Amino acid sequence: MTTVAAPVARSREASPLLRFAGRRLLGAVVALFVASLVIFAGTQLLPGDAASVVLGRNGNPATVKLLHQQLNLDRPAWQQYVDWITGLLHGDLGNSAVGMAQGATSAPIWPLISDAVVNSVILALITALLMIPLSLGLGVVAAVLRGKWPDHVISVASLAAIALPEFVIGSLLIGVFFVGLDWLPPVAIVAPGASPLDDPEKLVLPVATLLLASLAAGIRMVRAGMIEVLQTEYVQTARLNGVSERRVLWRYALRNALPTSVQILAQNLQWLIGGIIITENVFAYPGIGSTLVVAVQNRDLTLVMSVSMLIAVVYVLLNLVADLFVMLLVPKLREPA
Amino acid sequence: MSAIAPPSAVVRVDGLTLALRTGEPVVEDVSFSLGAGEILGLVGESGSGKTTTALALLGYTRPGVTWRSGTVEVGGEQVRERDERSLRSLRGRVVSYVPQDPGGALNPSLRVGDAILDVLRAHRSGEGSPELVHAALDRVELGGDAGFPRRYPHQLSGGQQQRVTIAMACVCEPPVAVLDEPTTGLDVLTQDRILFELDRLRNEQGMAMVYVSHDLAVVARMADRIVVMYAGRVVENAPAADVIERPRHPYTRALVAAIPDFRTPRSLRGIPGVSVGVGEWPKGCAFAPRCEHAAVLCEEAVPVLADAAPGHAVRCCRTHEISAPERAESTLRSRPVAPETAPLLEVTELEARYRSGRSARPAVVDVSFAIPPGRCVALVGESGSGKTTVGRCIAGLHRPSSGSILFAGNWLIADAAARPLDVRRRIQIVFQNPFESLNPRHQVRSSIARPLRVLRRLSRRDADAAVGDLLERVRLPKRVAERFPVELSGGERQRVAIARALAAEPDLLICDEVTSALDVSVQAAVLELLQELQRELGLSMLFITHNLGVVACVADSVLVMDQGSLVESGPVAQVLEHPQHEYTRRLLSAAPTLADVAAGA
Amino acid sequence: MTGRLRFLRSSSGALGAGIVVFVVLVALFGRYFAPHDPSAPIGVPLSDASSDAWLGTDFLGRDVFSRLLYGGRSVILIALAATLLAYAVGLGIGLMAGYSRSFVDPLLMRSVDVLLAFPPLLLLLILITGAGTSVAVLIIGVAIIQAPAISRIVRTATQVEAVRAYVEAAIARGERPLAILGREVMPNILAPVLVDSGLRFTFSILIIASVNFLGLGLQPPSPDWALMISENREYISVNSLAVLAPAAMIALLTIGINLTGDGIARSLGRSYVPRTSRTVIE
Repeated sequence: MTTVAAPVARSREASPLLRFAGRRLLGAVVALFVASLVIFAGTQLLPGDAASVVLGRNGNPATVKLLHQQLNLDRPAWQQYVDWITGLLHGDLGNSAVGMAQGATSAPIWPLISDAVVNSVILALITALLMIPLSLGLGVVAAVLRGKWPDHVISVASLAAIALPEFVIGSLLIGVFFVGLDWLPPVAIVAPGASPLDDPEKLVLPVATLLLASLAAGIRMVRAGMIEVLQTEYVQTARLNGVSERRVLWRYALRNALPTSVQILAQNLQWLIGGIIITENVFAYPGIGSTLVVAVQNRDLTLVMSVSMLIAVVYVLLNLVADLFVMLLVPKLREPA
Repeated sequence: MSAIAPPSAVVRVDGLTLALRTGEPVVEDVSFSLGAGEILGLVGESGSGKTTTALALLGYTRPGVTWRSGTVEVGGEQVRERDERSLRSLRGRVVSYVPQDPGGALNPSLRVGDAILDVLRAHRSGEGSPELVHAALDRVELGGDAGFPRRYPHQLSGGQQQRVTIAMACVCEPPVAVLDEPTTGLDVLTQDRILFELDRLRNEQGMAMVYVSHDLAVVARMADRIVVMYAGRVVENAPAADVIERPRHPYTRALVAAIPDFRTPRSLRGIPGVSVGVGEWPKGCAFAPRCEHAAVLCEEAVPVLADAAPGHAVRCCRTHEISAPERAESTLRSRPVAPETAPLLEVTELEARYRSGRSARPAVVDVSFAIPPGRCVALVGESGSGKTTVGRCIAGLHRPSSGSILFAGNWLIADAAARPLDVRRRIQIVFQNPFESLNPRHQVRSSIARPLRVLRRLSRRDADAAVGDLLERVRLPKRVAERFPVELSGGERQRVAIARALAAEPDLLICDEVTSALDVSVQAAVLELLQELQRELGLSMLFITHNLGVVACVADSVLVMDQGSLVESGPVAQVLEHPQHEYTRRLLSAAPTLADVAAGA
Repeated sequence: MTGRLRFLRSSSGALGAGIVVFVVLVALFGRYFAPHDPSAPIGVPLSDASSDAWLGTDFLGRDVFSRLLYGGRSVILIALAATLLAYAVGLGIGLMAGYSRSFVDPLLMRSVDVLLAFPPLLLLLILITGAGTSVAVLIIGVAIIQAPAISRIVRTATQVEAVRAYVEAAIARGERPLAILGREVMPNILAPVLVDSGLRFTFSILIIASVNFLGLGLQPPSPDWALMISENREYISVNSLAVLAPAAMIALLTIGINLTGDGIARSLGRSYVPRTSRTVIE
């Protein structure tokens, strides 16, 4: 199989990188655009009238009409969409529909959720900082010690944990650590304006819940990826030529299992976002997840739309960062196609 | 045990027996030795245990395989009874490894210079000098470009990659190297260069090599001594020239007779039956079930490896009674075609492109040829020459970008689905990979019946009856119809694929490298079958291959392609004996042939 | 290939299948053995286990055991319906995309990938905001969430098959694409699809249970396991069984499915692991 050797053009090494990044960036923008369409269409699916739903029992023709005007619901759909998007791009998240329905002249969303956003970010960061090294570490250990008891323990435990939803894990943890041992509080309520870090004890169970839920999947996938790499021809050739096992594990195995692992971890972090919604609810933690759930319960359309858009942005950003990492790790991708 | 190893032997294998944990032996009582600067060819087909034996020299056994008995000594050091750490000190320093597939054997995220450095550092602590790396690359003719060590494997060609792995194996100057079919995946021309390099290395460094291969012709060129293995045992051990010219074991004889060699074209004879796998070894000689000289004694006990002549050991109890094989007649075919006969297939100025992603590069450029009825035309070229694409265009699997194909005087529509039923029936194709030609979920019966139902519109009952006849025609027992492909061997599967193609009663059979993935002995049998079928049925064949030896045995005329263009065409005898084009000449001189051993090339 | 039930030979497969069968039987038929009406209070709220109420009572005084026996059916049936719908759609899209070598493939995949830009739960919440809470919304919503991932897996498997020689032989015979997909391709993509189906079903159950837990799915007084956990968790220190019993049932069900899936994967020689839905290096 003769392949023609690709010439290495040193001076142009920068541009494939930039072009790749540029393409991904464009893709991210398109994804966000489409996401906004989906969010808009999804929330507007109501067969009936949006305003009436928000007002619920308080709805009568007069209040409905007033709310229509306040929320611009009397305009055609595409116009509403454009208004919303332009507002977002200017940093204006709109007004809360429920707030308006209660008679306020304006109920800007950002002040309503800014605290919640910070709280969620703190929770997510702590969990992520723990999850990434643990996933990688335990996954690699399980792969390298494949077939021996640490692998069995890790594999079985993760198979079980992967099956449990966050609310079950959370409830079980509460059962053990609060009801049983009375070591930790069952709720993680934070007063508005206070920081969750003031009383870190409250964060232990929520973080533990999120960790257990996301670690399981991450470990299994990292392990699988690492095993695949350990069985490659180049690992065997290196070993057969006497290269030290340590070097083989680090530079031949792990280094080539990283790109997949990065994508796995990114996907896990994305799952984390869904997990946060539930976990905040289990522990009554005032984060963006709780806010979202309350908004859905109240049918606060505009709030749901804006929060969803925020979450979509984080989601897409995670993908982008992961892709860029992978590109840096895989030399082949830096070549012109 | 035969030849006593001279004291200067750099490799000494004595009575090596490896077995599965459940007890079945994988290789048994293997003994041979090698002196400094000698090349030993370890030859055998799949299941012979040659790779297992070679890897044992590095102290490596596949998971599940254990050392039962015997010793292995390389460079004066025992290999057995060592833990991982001490084995590692041996590997690369005393005995090194050159893998089969260089593309997969190099770390894709490591620059090649660093990869070579890794092997150096493993054995000479601290000494990570770039000069030594450069010297190693120089030795394999890659030292010209100063920036070369900074390249990644994917930036190199197949030949360059293989030379890097050879450099890795030589950098610590070990006395022995184990090469596991190092040129199998390479083009003939590239293979030629690599073999040349290896020979040079042996002369300059005095490195001994154990060269594992299934290709006797390649081994004939390189090796000083050949060890032939069958079903885990050594069956013949002799100097290379002796093995080729005076093989004394029936298996070796059959193997030599089965190798297609364009310098001595003759009818090939396959070996009937199938090789035995681990755990299926019969009580006596493992080859007896397939041997035409087998006697009752052969099935009673395993023959002992003994010298039949000085330095020539054979494991056969009847070797003295078997007469030497006759030199087969050279039978280059050249049946003349009556000039008025209208060609069955006429290709005119065919052009085709190969699309990958968004770009398209030319695969076939201005190719024109004709196939007369009842004749076999061979289409020869290396990978990337476009020969497969030509075949696929004719079969309707690839749309040409311009040019025309006439079949029986009518224009051939590009897409098979758009062709009339009759045309679809009359052109059939058999593919290369026996493991993919048949749907693993369908019984053989179902696979063969399909064209009977679709292309000949037979009823279910008629189709079922025809299946049995077709299986007979390809020399397979009727009960194969009930089997699933996974239960059949590679050769059997190809026969089923041929039966399926014949089911349509075609006029033109396209054979796309149909024997390339098969063992040599099986290949000979399949070629034999194809030749008979062609004669009996008057089939026209387009035989696509890269193996010139096969061309000589099977074809009436030959077309040579290089990078999409047709560079030479003509009757087989003419092209092979008096090649006109430069490329054809290079191809012919690079192709390994058994005659090399006599010339001591 | 010959032993369809071969996966039962592995310990995980047998154990998993046993657990699943047990839980499904309880969920589907338990109600006929319930000692009490699940919606009727039978005693003091949050009382401990007694001979009358084997698991005690919940926060409204209803018998926990009876509610437990009633509580699994809706989740399992809704999850099943949603997963089947997702497969119907995902298989169709995946086969088409994987088999076509034209613009159809990237077009379909990009459209489908759009939905992968969302956390699944979020998508479902958006749909609930827009269309309200009902069984139909749950089924369609979960199907929409699962279909993209399924179509990816089917597409990848189909692409692998589409270039096999036996498929090309069928093309050379002039067979129609639909016939080829059905006869040659489908039987060979069953393996990866089957391995994936266990995870898919588990995921459906988890999502629906999560939504129920948030009070956005099935509504009270429905005796759903997840709802039970949500309703009684404030009082976990009083009668922990009201929370732990339904939690255990959910856990058993999903762990059982996963073990079975693992067993099936092993018997097919594969690993039971969700592959990443996006690969950069395509």
